[in-house]
Amino acid sequence: MFLLKLVLRNAFRHKLRTLLTIAGLLVAVLAYGLLQTVVDAWYAGASAASAARLVTRNSISLAFPLPISYESRIRGVDGVTRVARSNWFGGIYQEPKNFFPQFAVSDNYMDLYPEFVLKDAERAAYLRDRKGCLIGRQLADQFGLKLGDVLPLRGTIFPGTWEFVIRGIFDGSDDTKVTRQMMFHWDYLNETMRKTAKRRADQVGIYVVGIDNPDNAAAVSVNIDALFRNSLAETLTETEQAFQLSFVAMSDQIIAAIRVVSYVVILIIMAVMANTMAMSARERTAEYATLKTLGFGPAFLALLIFGESLLICAVGGGIGIALTAPAAAGFKQAAGGIFPIFSVSHETLVLQVACALAVGIAAAIVPALRTARIRIVDGLRAIA
Amino acid sequence: MNAPLAAPLVEIRKLAKGYVRGEQRVPVLSDITLDIQSGDFTALMGPSGSGKTTLLNLIAGIDKPDSGTLLVGGQDITRFSESELADWRAVNVGFIFQFYNLMPVLTAYENVELPLMLTSLGRGERRERVEMTLAVVGLADRMKHYPNELSGGQQQRVAIARAVITDPTLIVADEPTGDLDRNSAADVLAMLQRLNRELGKTIIMVTHDSHAAHAAKALIHLEKGEIIGGVERAGT
Repeated sequence: MFLLKLVLRNAFRHKLRTLLTIAGLLVAVLAYGLLQTVVDAWYAGASAASAARLVTRNSISLAFPLPISYESRIRGVDGVTRVARSNWFGGIYQEPKNFFPQFAVSDNYMDLYPEFVLKDAERAAYLRDRKGCLIGRQLADQFGLKLGDVLPLRGTIFPGTWEFVIRGIFDGSDDTKVTRQMMFHWDYLNETMRKTAKRRADQVGIYVVGIDNPDNAAAVSVNIDALFRNSLAETLTETEQAFQLSFVAMSDQIIAAIRVVSYVVILIIMAVMANTMAMSARERTAEYATLKTLGFGPAFLALLIFGESLLICAVGGGIGIALTAPAAAGFKQAAGGIFPIFSVSHETLVLQVACALAVGIAAAIVPALRTARIRIVDGLRAIA
Repeated sequence: MNAPLAAPLVEIRKLAKGYVRGEQRVPVLSDITLDIQSGDFTALMGPSGSGKTTLLNLIAGIDKPDSGTLLVGGQDITRFSESELADWRAVNVGFIFQFYNLMPVLTAYENVELPLMLTSLGRGERRERVEMTLAVVGLADRMKHYPNELSGGQQQRVAIARAVITDPTLIVADEPTGDLDRNSAADVLAMLQRLNRELGKTIIMVTHDSHAAHAAKALIHLEKGEIIGGVERAGT
């Protein structure tokens, strides 16, 4: 109790200094939390991927399509339950900054994605309308779109202006699911290609393959790829997660830089905090020597310094952690849909606590050791 | 027939202490032999650098000699480890410093209570003792004041209360009037005399103020680390 009283009073002895240090810690812990959340958001798609889905693409590159004839052959592989077609459309809605993913998909595509929840009536309406499309809830909310609206897209890969009618809005089964994409009928795209660019008809971007047992993913992948070995379009089959991660890997260096910056922020505040604690301990050398003179041991003095450092870090870090979720919500809003999943994970919160704790301990080590070791006579002389 | 003399409270034999400055060893005290009786009020006088504060620090157990023996209350404190010395000081020695050395974040009451935090006394007993001691030094009405709300003389009286709160065997005072005006200094000296006379406390005081030194019963002159002319008794 006495120790706590002394820690509290020492911590707020120089109010301005303490408040500035707390503010620094707050900003550092908050920045760390936001940067970690950015990294998490980058991986959100991959981490939400199902282990029961494989993706088969052209082994040369994603830019090269596969023939439609592969579909039935893939379906014949042991362990395969469903095969759906998907083509990246890459259209522009109003202006390029309004980017969102668009896919031309076969009608069984949604069967492979039980995490997308669509009402039966809307699904039926979509299947009835050749120009119908499905959009996710996040996308609908972002642009204020609703059922029956016409969604015009300017094609970049597939030229022309394309108009789709929104027939369904699907939700995610939970908050971690990204629902910021649009799907429309692969047949509509293919028929248009037959009329306008025959050479590009009957081509599939990727096949999404449903399997009966995720444990057999590797074997099924090998068997699919074996079917097309030495053909004109060899395939590469991998899990959906590996497929998603290959996109994330393209921005590996950016993510690494974000990670480094997040830790640099913590290191900087650690240095600031260590300086504050060293300054405080130096100013109180004579007081600590007096306490030693009266019979208080080095361990008590070390506890005083560690207690003060941890208290300041707990206050600054605590406020920083408390502000992370609202700041993340604001960040998500300001980012304009670049990060559809931008929620602070439990792991990030734990890391923030660990960082604040580490700063508090690291900042106190040197002053505590120095104070514990100082000779009383030298310490008392510091008053003069 | 004379009654046998009681053993001195402080027995110092051939005590030496020096400091290393660069590659040179600078002697501060050499060959000090001295006895201080229980209940004595001794002033250590001498010019700056004569070694009086060093001698006081050695007697109080906050510094260690290079050689010689130093017995306080029959215990050779030179053989104590740092933690044994800390425990010994907490029980046996009360400290009064020139600049009071009060904790600025604690009130007068809390400063006086500080040494009692190392004892097993309960809160009620501590309160009783602190209030009584602050009343003895005339600061019963200033208990809740922080050091910066007190005058120099008042701060030194809080320091005196802190020094006696554990009822130590020995009180050491390093220039206790050095930072005070004449009236406050007189008050502090009168208080030390009362502690010595009425409560029988053994006091060793370092001073270079001859007026302060005359408040003591015995006077020891130090010069260049040596005792000059033995112990002068008041009235001799």
